Amino acid sequence: MANLKELSKHAERLTGGHRLCAGCGAGAVARQTLIAAGDTPVVVVSATGCLEVSTSVFPYTSWKTPFFHSAFENSAATCSGIEAAYKSLKKQGKIKDEEIRFIAFGGDGGTYDIGLQSLSGAMERGHRMLYVCYNNEAYMNTGIQRSSATPKGASASTSPVGKVIQGKEQPKKDLTAIMVAHNIPYVAQSTIGNWNDYVTKVQKALNTDGPTFINVMTPCRLGWGCKPEDSMEMVRLAVDTCIWPVYEVVDGVYKMTMKPRGGEKKPVTEFFKHQTRFKHLLKPENAELLASIQADVDAKWNKILALCGEK
Amino acid sequence: MVKTMFSKGKIVAKTGNEIMAEAMRQIAPDVVAAYPITPATEIVQIFSQFVADGKVPTEFVAVESEHSAMSATISASVAGARAMTGTSSQGFALMWEMLYIAAGLRLPIVMAEVNRALSAPINIHGDQSDTMGARDAGWIQIYSENSQEAYDNMIQSVRIAEAAKLPAMVTTDGFIISHCMEVAEVYPDADVKEFVGEYKPERALLDYKRPFTLGAIDLQDYYFEHRYQLAQAMRDSKKIILEVADEFKKKFGREYGFYEKYEMDDAEIAIVTIGSAAGTTKAVVDNLRAKGIKAGLIKIRVYRPFPAEEIAKDLSKVKAIAVLDRADSCSATFAPVYLDVVAALYANCGDKAPKAENYVYGLGGREISLEHIEEVYMKLDAVAKGTKKASTQVEYINVRIK
Amino acid sequence: MKKEDKKLTAAELPAGGLLEGGTAENFKTGPWRSQRPVWNKDKCISCLTCWIYCPDSAIKIAPDEKKTTVVTGIDYDHCKGCGICARECPPKVAAITMEEEKK
Repeated sequence: MANLKELSKHAERLTGGHRLCAGCGAGAVARQTLIAAGDTPVVVVSATGCLEVSTSVFPYTSWKTPFFHSAFENSAATCSGIEAAYKSLKKQGKIKDEEIRFIAFGGDGGTYDIGLQSLSGAMERGHRMLYVCYNNEAYMNTGIQRSSATPKGASASTSPVGKVIQGKEQPKKDLTAIMVAHNIPYVAQSTIGNWNDYVTKVQKALNTDGPTFINVMTPCRLGWGCKPEDSMEMVRLAVDTCIWPVYEVVDGVYKMTMKPRGGEKKPVTEFFKHQTRFKHLLKPENAELLASIQADVDAKWNKILALCGEK
Repeated sequence: MVKTMFSKGKIVAKTGNEIMAEAMRQIAPDVVAAYPITPATEIVQIFSQFVADGKVPTEFVAVESEHSAMSATISASVAGARAMTGTSSQGFALMWEMLYIAAGLRLPIVMAEVNRALSAPINIHGDQSDTMGARDAGWIQIYSENSQEAYDNMIQSVRIAEAAKLPAMVTTDGFIISHCMEVAEVYPDADVKEFVGEYKPERALLDYKRPFTLGAIDLQDYYFEHRYQLAQAMRDSKKIILEVADEFKKKFGREYGFYEKYEMDDAEIAIVTIGSAAGTTKAVVDNLRAKGIKAGLIKIRVYRPFPAEEIAKDLSKVKAIAVLDRADSCSATFAPVYLDVVAALYANCGDKAPKAENYVYGLGGREISLEHIEEVYMKLDAVAKGTKKASTQVEYINVRIK
Repeated sequence: MKKEDKKLTAAELPAGGLLEGGTAENFKTGPWRSQRPVWNKDKCISCLTCWIYCPDSAIKIAPDEKKTTVVTGIDYDHCKGCGICARECPPKVAAITMEEEKK
């Protein structure tokens, strides 16, 4: 487990002065990832999205470590090219024997959807890199459109609540399982509100010789409709309600790394009631829909418990 | 291409694809990221064999799409590597977004491009619709008439791209050049290595002790300046292209410029074209010259940057020209090369500009014969003599219209 | 005129939009605040929870004489006043409170 006194000894590599909203989880993801890396040299790339546009607005950049962005759907391919350049130049003796780690960021839009092919290719090719999906469950940068990470029932601007449809009709895609199916050495889910879980996983991933993937649930206070100060607590509630199981898969072996606080699974409404994207689900006329969502969460939780050998 | 002396190269028989791969072996880039596509597949296939045999120190990234190919080539270049790729047609189209980014970020990537028709309908044969569509992407574009030129252009492009800080594509006509065996001279490895030199980027992303950000969002207050820089770099690259050609001539004996003039000294009528059709056109010029018709040819090699002043000067002496485009623009007006040539004439020659016609030919690999080209010259001859008015709309060669 | 306000010309700008690392330090997001976190040095136990969760790198830290990291204050140039630090501060400690920002 990580220790804040130790982590705080290294120089900060993400400055303030970026333009993310107050209370945005993405800024915390970038910071905690870099903090986890300690003083290891890291090169960072990002898909187009909130994190990228807000942290690098010419002539200002928050990155004190090498940072590159080119487009939306290619964060993983971009990281591949840099890792390949590193291997080539190192092999030829054109750069010294320094260990550099490569980190790619993408939101759920850039990862689950438009960048999935690029991610799959990079993972299959085996580049030594950490891909971090900061997952806030919708396309927040363009104005809260649904993504394949948006959960069933959530209201988004392209899956709105109307007279005949109550938010997104499809359940979210299990991208983490898809990454596990790539047989890469390290895959994990975490949340940005559980710093020790997340930082520990980043450290494990960076120490893994091969492609690694972390899906980190990250609040978007605008898209979720919650209070900025509640950002971190919000994603902890996702763990308490088992909506977002927190686990890791090391060489194919699943392990639960966090359980609901107090040992008791809370009803999904404990997560929903703080967020305007779910408020329609709490109305009496949507009781049936809510029950079906709870049933889905229960089934998936049982499945993950079984995978983790907890059942 | 004019050979002025022999260097110590080896005479070989190679297809366009084989010789482009050979150039890449000699250049030995640090990273190649590519995805196969007909008719360019062989280039990276042959190259990956060089990698497998340890003949090059290159990291070959066998990406899952051309979009990723260009993305990884771009990032490898940003990282500080000499990076190359190759593609054609639909693959090139899939790279489209990234082509503009490579140029905007000012990365000296070199791409081997085999010109092929764009879908739909799907067609695997040669025309120049693919790269013509990207003429405004900010890439240097160098077209090749044959294997030798493809090889020489690849070697020169590395130097040009790195000096201009612009990406460069070298093209051949699909199948006609890519798959046809031709005799060519391949220079010794050491000479090519010396000519291209070592790549020393000013900044490299892997130099983490001097961290920089590249790819920041650029809003109303900076975007225009950065795009101006790109356009200016393209203008400035003309000088670089000629300097590299000059050095190339001194080292390897072959002479290159923005375009090749064939029988232009006293020409009264001329065709302007690009790529392999120039070879056929030269044969027609010879036949017409034997009959006393003063025909000439300008074969454009460097289409981007476009050598407007130079070409206008050379064409100002003739009475009528025809621009033969192997791509249509679907703009309801004229095809790309014609538009550039005529704009150059209008800006530089005014009233003295020759009459100009535009012909689109060879789409999807459609044959163009000696007879077709001769027919164009005969029409130009009539225009020059004033017995025919120059056509005011694009004409098509060898297509069944009615 | 502040240094960062001088807009460079095409001839002066580095090619491709290259930026030296960390220039956003010169961009102040402090004026975004409607609420201001107030840190009470005497109550603070320097557990660093606020530091690790702050999305804006706005919790100031430094090593003390024993080389242990302690919180030294809040960077009001960059703090946007989200209130995460106050919310995450252990309830028994309650070293950070949010107050209305005086404009």
